[in-house]
Amino acid sequence: MDALEIIQRRVARELKPGSLVNLGIGLPTGVSRYVPAELSVFFQSENGIIGMGARPPEGMEDEDLTDAGGGYVSALPGAATIDSAVSFGLIRGGHVEATVLGGLEVDENGQLANWVVPGKMVPGMGGAMDLVTGARRVIVAMQHTARGRPKIVPKCTLPLTSLRRVTLIVTELAVIEPTDDGLVLRERAPGIVVDTIVENTTAKIHVPEYVPEMVLSVRTLEEASAAAA
Amino acid sequence: MKEAITPQAAAELIPDGAVLAIGGFMGVGTPHRIVDALVEAGRKNFTVIGNDAGRPDFGIGRLVHAHAVSKLIVSHIGLNPEAQKQMIDGEMVIDLAPQGTLAEQLRAAGYGLGGVLTKTALGTIEAEGKRVIEIDGEEWLYEPPLRADFALIHSDQADYVGNLTYQLTATNFNPIMAMAADTVICEPREIVPVGVIPPDAVRTPGVLVNYLIKRA
Repeated sequence: MDALEIIQRRVARELKPGSLVNLGIGLPTGVSRYVPAELSVFFQSENGIIGMGARPPEGMEDEDLTDAGGGYVSALPGAATIDSAVSFGLIRGGHVEATVLGGLEVDENGQLANWVVPGKMVPGMGGAMDLVTGARRVIVAMQHTARGRPKIVPKCTLPLTSLRRVTLIVTELAVIEPTDDGLVLRERAPGIVVDTIVENTTAKIHVPEYVPEMVLSVRTLEEASAAAA
Repeated sequence: MKEAITPQAAAELIPDGAVLAIGGFMGVGTPHRIVDALVEAGRKNFTVIGNDAGRPDFGIGRLVHAHAVSKLIVSHIGLNPEAQKQMIDGEMVIDLAPQGTLAEQLRAAGYGLGGVLTKTALGTIEAEGKRVIEIDGEEWLYEPPLRADFALIHSDQADYVGNLTYQLTATNFNPIMAMAADTVICEPREIVPVGVIPPDAVRTPGVLVNYLIKRA
């Protein structure tokens, strides 16, 4: 299982049945592969659809039905399309249960930087600032390091996306929860020892006595309902 | 009854230097024929408000590619290296805005409101130089209304009085922009007789629309 699959599978287990979820473009998009249809999770794409489905078969694409990256998608039964004001009203207004985004850096305050590298990469924030500020839960799904450099740092050096503290950080090594008392290591990936996680993290990280191994199986509706309760 | 005009005639209405709100999201729901006509007419110096810079030579990106834009107010330019290049070269000013804030700034202008108070971007570099307003001990970032001279929008159907419908994710900014400009020019996919669009299905009432673009 590669790093991306570990992250995507673990994040998928965070999603609650019947909830409204926004997945960022890229790594987070793949989370939906591990969320079975029976969970009836409604995926929002901020360009204006709730109930987004997979890319249609070749030749069946609708030029008026894309995701926020401009890629063709389908609409699932129960889908609704909305304009940009409603779409961001859902986001800012706290109606989106969870947003899953990539990250460039997360720090000890649980603050996220993921939209700009000044002087190098200035793509624009798109909907990221609204999502991180407004969603009920913010899950950062990212590789633990970038070319060997830790991404979980004492203090973000890149411009913040929001002052908001994120809810959870999921990497191919660990699940880390930002709390009032700082970052807490909640889980480690299968076969990964705590020392490896600490060595690859420059932020101070609290390590409880017992750190369980991540579970990566796909949740059934029954399991997901029990976990959400 | 609305006047149906050619894209070329629409371009004639729009002077150099105008502020344009152009619908669409990565070119989906963008009035491409109007954009093409503006490029062909060699118009310059536009301020363009839109969701994104499109892709090179596609959507709003076509105007950028033609060097017709001096200021771009969008949430995203990441898929258009030409926009980034013109920004770095100082040829075009780019004002980046969070997507939800941009939608609400346009909506505020169209709905007669004095602006938007939002938590989005509060405390980030995006808020530098902007007003922070404290209300009952809570801080909010103030963003002013954003209005255009012309809204150039796309719809699915239009009827003869200009009532509009939208389809799927081609809706995006179009109905919001239809409220936020002095002159609204819509490029519908098809124009249908009055009565074909039931009142409940109308998303933008025809009274807001000044011109329709004739069928291709």
